[in-house]
Formats: sequence, C-alpha cells, structure tokens
Amino acid sequence: MSQSLVDDQAEAALGLGRPVGDGSPAEPGRPAGIRRVLRFLIRRPGLLLSAVVLVLVVLAAFWPDLFTSQDPLKGVPSQNFRGPSGSHWFGTDELGRDVFSRVVHGAQLSLKATLIAVLVAFVVGGLLGVVAGFVGRWVDDVLMRFVDVLLSIPALFLSLALVTALGYGTVKVAVAVGIASVASFARVARAEVLRVRQAVFVEASRSCGARWYSVLGRHVLPNAAGPVIVLATLDFGSSILAVSALSFLGYGAPPPAPEWGTLISDGRNYLANAWWLTALPGLAIAATVLAANRIARALDGEWARQR
Amino acid sequence: MRRYVIKRLAQAVGVLWAAYTVSFLVLDFLPGDPVSAMAGAGMDSGQTDPAQLAKLRHEYGFDKPVLVQYAEYLGRAVRGDFGDAVSTGRPVTSTLADALPQTLQLTGAALLLAVVLGGGLAVVATYTSRRWLRQLLLSLPPLGVSVPTFWVGLLLVEAFSFKLHWFPAFGNDGLRGLVLPALTLAVPTGAQVAQVLAKSLLTALDQAYVETARAKGADRWRVHLRHALRNASLPALTVVGLLVGQLIAGSVVVETVFSRDGLGRVTAAAVTTQDIPLVQGVVVFGALIFVATNLLVDLVYPLLDPRIVVASDRRAGFA
Amino acid sequence: MGTAAMTHDAPENSDARENRDARENGENVTTPLLEIRGLSVSYRTRGGTVPAVRGVDLDVWPGQVTAVVGESGSGKSTTAHAVTRLLAANGTIDAGTVRFGRHDLAALSEAELRTVRGAQIGLVPQDPTVSLNPVKRIGEQVAEVLRIHGLATRRGAAAEAVAVLDRAGLPDAAVRARQYPHELSGGMRQRALIAIAIAAKPRLIIADEPTSALDVTVQRIILDHLQHLTEESGTAILLVTHDLGVAADRAQRLVVMSQGKVVEAGETRAVLADPQHDYTRRLLASAPSLTTARPRTPVPAAPAPPLVEARNLVKEFRLPRAGGETRTLRAVDDVSLTLRRGQTLALVGESGSGKSTTARLVLRLAEATSGQVLFDGTDVTTAKGAEVRELRRRAQLVYQNPYASLDPRFSIGEVITEPLRAFKVGDRASRLDRARVLLDRVALPAATLERRPAELSGGQRQRVAIARALALSPDLVVCDEPVSALDVSVQAQVLDLLAELQADTGVAYLFISHDLAVVRQIAHQVAVMRAGRIVETGPPEDLFSEPRHEYTRELLAAIPGGRVPAPETTTS
Repeated sequence: MSQSLVDDQAEAALGLGRPVGDGSPAEPGRPAGIRRVLRFLIRRPGLLLSAVVLVLVVLAAFWPDLFTSQDPLKGVPSQNFRGPSGSHWFGTDELGRDVFSRVVHGAQLSLKATLIAVLVAFVVGGLLGVVAGFVGRWVDDVLMRFVDVLLSIPALFLSLALVTALGYGTVKVAVAVGIASVASFARVARAEVLRVRQAVFVEASRSCGARWYSVLGRHVLPNAAGPVIVLATLDFGSSILAVSALSFLGYGAPPPAPEWGTLISDGRNYLANAWWLTALPGLAIAATVLAANRIARALDGEWARQR
Repeated sequence: MRRYVIKRLAQAVGVLWAAYTVSFLVLDFLPGDPVSAMAGAGMDSGQTDPAQLAKLRHEYGFDKPVLVQYAEYLGRAVRGDFGDAVSTGRPVTSTLADALPQTLQLTGAALLLAVVLGGGLAVVATYTSRRWLRQLLLSLPPLGVSVPTFWVGLLLVEAFSFKLHWFPAFGNDGLRGLVLPALTLAVPTGAQVAQVLAKSLLTALDQAYVETARAKGADRWRVHLRHALRNASLPALTVVGLLVGQLIAGSVVVETVFSRDGLGRVTAAAVTTQDIPLVQGVVVFGALIFVATNLLVDLVYPLLDPRIVVASDRRAGFA
Repeated sequence: MGTAAMTHDAPENSDARENRDARENGENVTTPLLEIRGLSVSYRTRGGTVPAVRGVDLDVWPGQVTAVVGESGSGKSTTAHAVTRLLAANGTIDAGTVRFGRHDLAALSEAELRTVRGAQIGLVPQDPTVSLNPVKRIGEQVAEVLRIHGLATRRGAAAEAVAVLDRAGLPDAAVRARQYPHELSGGMRQRALIAIAIAAKPRLIIADEPTSALDVTVQRIILDHLQHLTEESGTAILLVTHDLGVAADRAQRLVVMSQGKVVEAGETRAVLADPQHDYTRRLLASAPSLTTARPRTPVPAAPAPPLVEARNLVKEFRLPRAGGETRTLRAVDDVSLTLRRGQTLALVGESGSGKSTTARLVLRLAEATSGQVLFDGTDVTTAKGAEVRELRRRAQLVYQNPYASLDPRFSIGEVITEPLRAFKVGDRASRLDRARVLLDRVALPAATLERRPAELSGGQRQRVAIARALALSPDLVVCDEPVSALDVSVQAQVLDLLAELQADTGVAYLFISHDLAVVRQIAHQVAVMRAGRIVETGPPEDLFSEPRHEYTRELLAAIPGGRVPAPETTTS
C-alpha cells in the first residue's frame, strides 16, 4: 500500500529533527514547529508544488469564480474548436464553451464525489477494522472473512455492480467507489490496531491498571491512526481516478455537467482534430492525483519515522 | 502438502460462494425494483404495463420469498447457469465465454509488459550507482499510478494512430491492434509492480545476509540478483497475484477507449442497460479470476520460499 | 570478467607467497598481520557528517585473538567493518591506512577488495538469525564462497561445503547442508556462518559480537570452537565484543574503544591487571561478570512475611494442530516459589525456560492452567474485574526493552502519571507533583516531564519505566530483564537504583534475568529455571559457591570472565 520509496529518507526530516540521545533539550515550541514545516517544504519543491496544486483544486471546487468568469455551460457556437490561447487557456469545445472554465467548475463535482468516496471508505472501513482488531476472537473472524470477500471482487467490478443497483449520478458513483475501497481500509486499520495492541507499552498500560476504553482511546487509536490517514490520502488519489473512470464510462452526472471524466469522454469524439479537449482536462486529473499521492508519501515517511 | 492444497481449495470455494452472495444482495435487493429496471432496459419502450411486469416478475422468480429465490439462483449458479442476459436473451455464461478470449489476450499481454517493464525498472533503479538515473527511474512509478488509464489510452491513440499512423486506433485486429491497449493497461500495473519490487529490493539490500554475501567476496551483481532479488521477488509476487483481478476489471475502460470487443465492453454495456444477470455473472467471474490467481500464487509460494512450507507444517509458530 | 580475473590473480599470488613466508617464520613473526593506522570513518546523515571512528590504530598479530571492547556507539563495530570496507552505504573512510599483508585495503579498488573478502578475511556477523539468506540452503551458501574464489568446481563445492560445515562443528553436516536457515537453531546457524568465514581458509577472521544473540551456554561452546579452530590453523581473529568478560577469556590482546577512539590497548592480562585509562577502569568496575559478589542489597534482619506464594503453577500453550492431535507445550511446569516482603527473588534461566511466563502468571497477565498464586495471603489465581485491578495497584511491571515499553506519543509526565490516572488518584496538579518526586527519586531532572521517550537514552527510559512502576507505591515490582538491553555501565547504575529504592520503600522485586552475574548482585533468593521447571533454589551465596544441580554448574561455568583472576580487593 504505502509508497514511501523515492525519497523517504529525505521525507522524514520532520520526525528525526530532534536528537535521540540525552543531549540538547531543544524544546519544540510552536513557532519552531511551523518554521520546521516551512523548511521541510522548501527543501522539497515537488512537495510544495503538490500542496499548491491541491489548494488550487480545493479553491476551484468552492469558489470557481476566483479562476474564471466564463460560463461553463453557455458556449458561443461561432467560437467552437478554438485551440488553447490567451482568451481560452484550454481552448473551446464543439459548442464553443470555454474548456478551462468547464474544468474549474468540474472540480466541484469531482472533488465532492471524491470526498464522499473517501469518507465512506474511511468511516465504514476504519470502524470495521478497529472493531475487528480490538475485539478479536469470533468478531474478528467474521468481519475479516467479509472483508476478504469484498477484496476478492475487483474494485471496478464492485463499483459497477453498485452503480447498476443504485443508478447513475455523482453521489451514487461516489458511494459505489467508496464501498469498493472499504476493504483495504478495514485491513489496514485492523493490522495497525493489532500491531499497537500487541506493543509492549500497551501491555504496560494495561498492567498498571488502565481500563480498556482508556487503553483504546489514549494508546491504540492515536498510534494506529497514522497509516490509516496515509491510506486515506492515497485513497483520495485513487478515488479521483475511479470516479473519473466511472464518469468517463458515462455513469456520472448527466450531460451538461462538466465532471472531469465526462469532459474527456466528450472530447474523445474529436480526438483527431481537437487534442486539447482530452489532453488538458486529463492533465488536471493527473496533476491532482499526483499531488495527493506525493503528499501521502510525505506523510508516510514521517509516520514511519515516528514509530 | 496435499492437505494444504485441499484446505486452500475449500477456502477458495467459500470465497466464491460469498462473492456470489454479496453480488446477489447488492444487485437484487439494494434498489427498489429490479424488474421495472430490467423491463425498461430490455424493451426500450418508455411505458411498461403492469401485466407484463407481473409476468416478468414471475419469470425471474421475484414473487417468491427472498431465501427461496436465493437458493434457486445459487443452485443454478453452482451448475454454471447465471440465467439469460436480459438485453440479448442469450445465456450469461456463453456471452462471457465468447468475450473472454479477446480480453485474456489483452490482459495477458498487459501483465507480461507490466512485469517485464516494472520489474526491470526496479532492478535497474536499485542497482545503478548513478544518482540521477536512480532518481529519474524511481520517479516514474508514482507518475504511472497517478494518470487516468483512459487518458493515457487516448493520448497514445492520438500520438501513435492519428499522428504517426503506426498502430490502429480501434478494433481487435491482430498483434498490431493489441500493442496500444496492452500498453495502456500495463501502465498502472507496471508502476505498482515497480514500486513494490523496488521497495522490497531496497529492504532486502539492507538485510544482514546481504552483508554476509558481500563478505564472501561476491560482486554487486551477484549480491543484487542472487541474494536480494530472490528474497525481494516474494512480496512482489503476492502483489502481482492481487493485480490480475484489477487487470481484468481494467479491461472495461481500455476496451471502451479502443472500441475492442471483449469482456470489458460486455460489462460496460450490461451496466448501461442494467442487465442484472449479466453484471452478476461478471462480478462472480471477477472473483473467480482473483481467487484462482491467488490460489496459484499460494501454491507457487512454498516453492520459492522454503519457510512457508513449515508454517503449514507441524512446528508452526515455533520456528 | 576478463579484467576482474587479471586483478584477481595478482594480489592473491603475492599474498600466497607472503603467507608462506609467514608460515616459515613460524612463531617469531615480527610484523602484524593487520595494521590499522589513523583510521577515521564517518557516516553521512541528514544532520551532517557524524564521525564514528576517529584516528584508530590497531594491530592484529598472526595466530592471535585481538579483542576490541567497547559499549554501543564506541565505533568498535564500524572499525571492524572498515577493514574490508563493508560499511553501510552512507559510511566513508575519511583517512587512514589498513595494511593487510602488503596491501592497503583502504586504497584497493572494489574489484581487488573482493578477492580479499571471504578468501583472506572472513567475517562472522553479529546476529545469526538474520545473517543467512533465508531462501537458500545452508550448503549452497557455504559453497558460494568457494565458487566465488574459484576454489572448487560446481560439483566439488557441495562436498567441500559439507566438509567445512563439519569442521565448523555442525553435527550431521551432510543433513544440515540440505536444510534452510530457519530449520536450524541460533547456535547452529552461527556455526554455519563460521563455516562460511573459514571456508576459504582465510588468514584473518573478523568476528563481530559473534555470540551476543545466543544463550550463555551456547555462547561458550561457539567461542571454544572458534578458539580451537584458530589454534589449529593459525588464523588470527579480530573479536569485537561489548562483554569484557568474553574478551578477557579469549583474547591475547585487548583494545578498548570509547567514542570512536582507542583509549587503551595492550596485552589482555596487563590491561586487566593494571588499567591505565579511566574509562577502562570504569568498564572493569561495572562489568558484572568480572566482579565477585558485590551485594547491593542489605540482608534483612528478620525473615519477612511472604508477599507472593506460587504453588504448583502450570501453564500450557496449545500448539497448532498437526495430524489431528492437539499438542501442548508446557511452558511452566509445576513451579512453586515464595517471595518475601521487601526482598528480591531472582528467576534465572535461558531463553524458553519459562521465567517470563511465570512472572506473567504471578501478575495475572496470563491465566494459569493449574496451580495457585497467593498475593499477600489472598488467592488471585482466578481473580476477575475489581480484584485484578486491586492487584494491578499493588503489583507493577518493568519491561526488558525500554524502547518499546513507553508510548512514543506520550510525554514523560503522561507516562509516569498514567497509573495514577487509571486509579483516579489526586487531580492533575497533584499527580504531576508526584511525577516530579518520582523523577527525582530515579535521578532524572524535573524538566524531563515535558520530553518524549524518543529524546531519552535507553538508561533514562528505563528509569522512567521504574518511576512509572513506583507511582502507586506498589508492594511488588516485577522486573523482566530490566538491564539486559542496556550498556554495562548503565546496567550498573540501574541496578544500584533498584537496590536503593528497595532500601527506601521496602518494595519487593521479582527479578527475571538470564544473567547470573547480574542476579548475584541484587537477589536475596535465586531460583534457577530450565524447561519450565525450577531446578534449584537458594540464597545467592550458597548457590554460587556450592551449586547442587548440574545445570546451575553449567550456567556458572558459562559466565564469561571466569578465567581471569578476580581482583583481590573485594570480599566474598
């Protein structure tokens, strides 16, 4: 799951910043912490860029007017199939609509769907995993067999089955994508809870008399949360891909709505003469996913060091 | 060993049964009325009269109690009968069987490309002592998992079909028609193989036995291939097993992009027409592929990792 | 390949000649085999370059054992690895020469160095459990050395490997050669690694803590064998160890390292009899195996009433089923013991002897299969709910690994006050006051309250763990190998602290250890365990002077440092 690979040695600077020995005390105060985060980011231009991209996407989703004043739905037919230019950054489509404006407004739909998907997966999967890992015994067996079954159906097939059952639409697609990744959240959450539950410090806490809910709340959950949060960040990226794939296949919001996958699907018909209709919206998706994955990797590196 | 195989087989059958049950629950019970959906999809005639609905309902057994329906369907499914596709009236099983060869060609080629390219990338990236080359190679897999498959496909079509005219843009004909779709499907899979293998190679190179090998006077290539790769390929193999199911599912998108016939196109059409028996057949088939590949991986694993046999053996847990 | 083979031949021939010269000279060798001069090694880390070895000089003479002794971080292991440049990827040799025969190993090319590694310098690594390739057969791994250096044909190598394994003292070598590492015990794996090291008949063997991962009795056998091999073949050994006792027993020459520098070097006897450097003296004083009975605990005047009584405790674990029959492992087999108030009872045994399980039964962290545990007169064997909590309040635990037993996300203040919180003792402020008092008790500054476990050293963390155990003023503290993860000088401090706290608070300790030498200093009663049973019980003075059981004698004989004449000053 985790992808801490490329520069995870470099990633962990935050975690390892302080000395391990009994040397200098260096109280990590608030301002120093912020400064450290800034320094951490500046040393990694890729990560900084990723953060900027995500911020822009979120801004576009909530305040699209910040970026464009053109109407995403109304086109000027006489100006159709214009290539990218100063007045139309991403060109115009077959109806003369501004593609950039459609991508910006599409961020809202796509981001909403993605967040719903991640939330469904996080809440349902996380709950399943924590209960299975902490309660153990037959509860664990039953829940994990169920998760194994979910895992055995390829995610896209499971989403498609759910779409068939639920019907089309952004929210339904989002729920379908979310449920398809419940299993991996349950697995990671359970594995982490088990790992922490068996840690010596948890037994130490139990043996000094702490009650189970305090062990769960104060030791197990905080220490198990890291990898699950990393997974949520990764899942953010893969959910964007899954949601856009489903809307590319035509199961998302109905036609005029500018969902990212739908945009590319529409542009596909004019592949030979208007490359920008597919290439540029796709670039937006790829950039967002890449940014989310890059941030997940940074988090992963840090968490890994904290353990 | 035989006990182990039998046990794993039984588990596989159990998972398949459960997958069938899940698909049954999802497809036949989640929405309000599958019959009107089917009727709407099957007849394309806006209006459906109640008498006809009732007939359909009876035909598909939806007027019976849930458990009876489930038992009947399951009984037929065990015999390989998933009913008839609503849109065509042909049996689901033969519809899938007809579409399968095309898709197996596609996914097989994609798997081969993914393992060769992804694995090769990981080996070279971890072996090279040139920092820039390592950084460059290792930055590719994260890119590969971040790009939408359908977008990659469209870009490839645009470049190699429309601009360069090297490969056909659409259709099923021959090896030339296979290149672009297989490459498209191999991008995310190969990227994941590369990520896992590179990571486990780096882990393996950090192990004490690698130092032992170096202390013997072994050269880097020997240490890398005979000691590190041998150990690192084990987790990668598990991942490949998991990815096969994804490849089959990925054919839905890729076959749509390249307008190829195959299981993926059948699936896409089934979802569009809300052809429930067909979708259910696809879901169970996907689970079958997943279960079968993982069974295969599990059976091959002990041959590669001597420690596994012992774990299923007597002294388990006390090694 | 072509050029590699060329360079391969050149140094080997000249070395072979030199080897013959050395042999002809016999005993009167005048030059050291290995001569390290001014060696400096540093590691590149994110925080900059960290020097690990600074200007080290070191000689190894043919046919002799030279021991490098030091605590963790002293650079001893780095020095040993720098000889054949087997450093971690971020380590570099900054300066110095490593003359071996007539070559400076520090200046050889990688390809030339490969002809030295394995062929002329063998390495016995630290941890036998992870140093063999898990997916290759033992024989294959030994044969690989011979194949790499062209010393055997493909077919001949297999037979030769069996012979080498046999020489390394592995019983049933032919069978073992066909097995995989996980099928062998730790001791057997270490023999396989020794076989790899000696296969090509090298002139020098570098043994990096070769036995620290093994039980003491196995440790002795391995070291004996290694010594025997060198006496037979005249191979020199560079032995890296943290255990002064091991070094004293085995080495003709001793090199003491601290913080990357050699602080003292010379003949073993001379160094031990008359240590020149302050650090050496301190190391000698704190090495538990070298000091004879220096009791830290005053013997109580009157026999105190019993606090814990265990009667015929049995604990069985169910093993995974095989062939239809359920099999069980008796981890604890009919154990009875008595711990009196304010005293220390030590449970001694090797790994798997059931000593930790016994302690867990006493604390009710595990359920006994049969038998009885009385705590202060009350039967707690089947205690539930409130009774268990009451027991937790009065009986606490200190773990072996101070790195794992503290929640990394907690501040030290939170760690220490956790038991108080759990029993709702006082409010936040008063709990923190108590934590301050406890920190003072374990000799840590009050500022430690705000810090996190990661910021403390191992010894400091163990002090925190002790403070946590004492927070509720318990009657009993179970110490599970509390010092075995710590350096010897830190060990001594923690043991002193434990003894002092017992004198002040009257707490009783159930002290679990594999190390008889440590136990000797702190226990009022010692129980020796083997395979789940207590084989012998008694006060340490009797047990050490007149061991009754065969196994106790074996354990005592295995304590390293036994061959060194004890300093006359201490009374026994």
